[in-house]
Amino acid sequence: MKNFNSLGFTLVMATASVMSSLSYAGAEDDPLLSYVAIDQLEKGLESDDPISFSFQAWVGYDMDKIWLKTSSEYQNSDDQGLEVQALYSHAVAPYWDMQMGVRRDIKPSPSRDWLVLGFQGLAPYFFDIDGAFFVGEKGQTSIRLSIEQEWLITQKLILTPEFEMNAYGKSDDELSMGAGLTDINAGLRLKYEITRKFAPYIGIDWSKKLGATADLARDNGDSISNSQFVIGVTAWF
Amino acid sequence: MTVFKPSHEEQNKSSSGTVLSRRQFVFGASAMLALTTIPFSKNALASAIGQSLTQLSGKVFDLSIDYKTVNFTGTPARATVINQLFPGPLLRWKEGETVTLRVKNNLDHDSSLHWHGMILPTEMDGVPGLSFAGIKPGETFEYKFPVKQSGTYWYHSHSGFQEQTGVYGAIVIDPKEADPVVFDREHVIMLSDWSDEAPETIYANLKKQSDYYNYSERTMSDLFSDIKKQGLVNTWRARSMWNQERMSDRDISDVTGATYTYLMNGNPPAQPWQALFKQGEKVRLRFINSSAMTIFDVRIPGLKMTVVASDGQNVQPVTIDEFRIGVAETYDVIVEPKMEDAYCIFVQSIDRSGYTVGNFTSDEMFTAKIPDMDPMPILGHGDMGMNMEGMDHSKMAMGSDSMSGMEGMDHSKMAMGSDSMSGMEGMDHSKMAMGSDSMSGMEGMDHSKMAMGSGSMAGMEGMDHSKMAMGSGSMAGMEGMDHSKMAMGSGSMTGMEGMDLSQPSMVMPTLGLAGYGSDNEIKHLDSENGPQVDMQSGMPQSGLNDPGIGLRDHQANYNRKVLTYADLKGLHPTHDKRQPTREIQLHLTGNMNRYMWSINGINFADSAPLELAYNERVRITLVNDTMMIHPMHLHGVWSELETGDPDYIPRKHTVMVQPGSKISYLVTADALGQWAYHCHLLYHMPGMFRKVVIK
Repeated sequence: MKNFNSLGFTLVMATASVMSSLSYAGAEDDPLLSYVAIDQLEKGLESDDPISFSFQAWVGYDMDKIWLKTSSEYQNSDDQGLEVQALYSHAVAPYWDMQMGVRRDIKPSPSRDWLVLGFQGLAPYFFDIDGAFFVGEKGQTSIRLSIEQEWLITQKLILTPEFEMNAYGKSDDELSMGAGLTDINAGLRLKYEITRKFAPYIGIDWSKKLGATADLARDNGDSISNSQFVIGVTAWF
Repeated sequence: MTVFKPSHEEQNKSSSGTVLSRRQFVFGASAMLALTTIPFSKNALASAIGQSLTQLSGKVFDLSIDYKTVNFTGTPARATVINQLFPGPLLRWKEGETVTLRVKNNLDHDSSLHWHGMILPTEMDGVPGLSFAGIKPGETFEYKFPVKQSGTYWYHSHSGFQEQTGVYGAIVIDPKEADPVVFDREHVIMLSDWSDEAPETIYANLKKQSDYYNYSERTMSDLFSDIKKQGLVNTWRARSMWNQERMSDRDISDVTGATYTYLMNGNPPAQPWQALFKQGEKVRLRFINSSAMTIFDVRIPGLKMTVVASDGQNVQPVTIDEFRIGVAETYDVIVEPKMEDAYCIFVQSIDRSGYTVGNFTSDEMFTAKIPDMDPMPILGHGDMGMNMEGMDHSKMAMGSDSMSGMEGMDHSKMAMGSDSMSGMEGMDHSKMAMGSDSMSGMEGMDHSKMAMGSGSMAGMEGMDHSKMAMGSGSMAGMEGMDHSKMAMGSGSMTGMEGMDLSQPSMVMPTLGLAGYGSDNEIKHLDSENGPQVDMQSGMPQSGLNDPGIGLRDHQANYNRKVLTYADLKGLHPTHDKRQPTREIQLHLTGNMNRYMWSINGINFADSAPLELAYNERVRITLVNDTMMIHPMHLHGVWSELETGDPDYIPRKHTVMVQPGSKISYLVTADALGQWAYHCHLLYHMPGMFRKVVIK
């Protein structure tokens, strides 16, 4: 991961040096920009509900960006998740970026490292799509697909249905993951944009373990589905 | 140099609403000063009268570009200003004189001044990197050039985004000869947009979320009301194309009243600028749109406006109720208020997210009522370069204008230009494209493949063509023609009767006649394919006769005559009557979602210069492959807009290209050097830009 980051940094800097010689006749067309977004920072309403957090950031240009994606869920010290992806993102179509890089699942332990090949963009009917194919250390494979849409109730009050699914190529016993579809997650969040860059929200979040993964959870005495009311904020700058 | 007005601070205390009476100008400074010191009557407006422009005149000008704290919104913000004035001083020149402008840059960054619309040597044009190196911090650059024209122009920085933060001012050039425009009094009305946000922030916000400033997006309640009105199926149908294309029919302006305060002569609408007139006077209003991003619609309820000049150049007078002014354009209008009254100079942004106003009054005590804004425009399929509504054809595009009396038509493939068509009856075409102009009295035509150029056609009867293309030129009285394959080039044809051409023997040059625009095939280059381009216009129609989005129904709904480019005819005969020897087709391209802008899909940084041969006469056809208007500004030479009369082609420096449309103008490349050619929307300009080299 470290190596990949330094490669990405070199790419960004090389592009920057090319651009700087062209800053005449007006403003710079394609300046180096950075973006940091807290997509979700939320807590379930019940006292034992987890705090979850998903965050992404990029630095780069119109066509090329270094992209960081993180998501985390914390219930207690025994039950937590933390995942980080570092990606090189390249525009390949008017609405689509191809992304490749690495992912590390830091929690739960043991940690897992993956290579990532993904697509992110806007599909017809304004579906925000983030899909990725992951290849793990020991030939493990995984697929993730997230879909999101924004429904404007008013210009500032926005309802966001989301859906995510994960699948594993083969089981990972240490992490209690079975082969096949492992889990699905659906959410419905209602945010109010106080500004474009800051919006508190309330919502419901539902997740369910499926197939072999659900069987493993049952065997361990864990619940296979979970639903909660959440309250949170989303922000970017 | 004569300073006609006291400093800004003093003006604040004086009733200086109106000061640029022509007579006063002739009498000189003392009269002006006397006028401006008339004690201010303490009426309700006392605290709410905006200030006017400060005029400098003469041959030598000292200008300095500085930072200044301004407050248009209740929050202080830092502007960049000229001579501590916002907008900068109004420069009054005289045609035939040579002006010297010493410009000192007191900013921390490079700066420059560009004299917009001036015909001058390339090294005086003020574009960093093309004309000169720019003005470094602390340095002074001396501009010196002969003034070869007259009329209303403006000047602005061509560095960074300084245009957004206040580095602009008006230029009025008095003609050497008697002014053909008769007036008793004049006012310069400089329109602009101000944001407390730094322009770099606005640009970055747009790159990160292109609809950041759009608070007029379609909502669920719009959806429900559409379903209620039109039913679920029709609503789904109407929406599906936009949804499939991932585009918004409410995407009118990139930057809106959500961050902008719209200014008139530097005054926000809360503190309107005031202009005086005397009953019965002919008043010349010189409108300049010095906005960074805002296209405005202008009207003065209760007054007809007679347009007498566009972009500084005199045009044949045309009387209208409303006009759209693109960024960087100028329009001079004459108004003749017949009563002692107050009128509102009402200037609304194209997306109706805000407005600015002036109080045009015979008495300082009168305040005009501010009208409501018109409904926000909603884009149609025609604005995407395809027009497929209202008629039943397998492939058909019709321009946005009045069509009447079309009966019994049967076309499998048809494209009609934007113009009035009347009395077309019994036509049967399998493939037909009609250019932009008036057609009347076409009866009983039967064509399997037909393309008609831009030119008036009248009285075509009983034609039967299997393949026909007509160039641009007027055609009249064509009767009983029978052609299996026919292409008509540029030229006027009259009285063609009983022709029978079975072979394509009449292939004339495809380059249309000067003055009539282009009918050449629209070709999308390979460079238009890629992540940087989100749309290509399949059948772009001429934008000439189109009042534009949001204005098309104003004649029908409000009985307001709206100016179109087709109304513009030069007052003076066309200077260069040569025919164009070639045509350059440029596609204005972009990706709204990524906020990337380009020409032919190639941004400025990656582009090769556009080369013109010295003194050549060339046609430039601009095709808009986006859903936004792009006001295109060509430096150094005139853009001679082909509005249908070859003898009186109007000259412009900035031409609006309507969404999904095309427009053509002629250029005489009579100015050696390197010139800028770009979209004048400030945040489109960095990408949608070409260097033009004339050698």
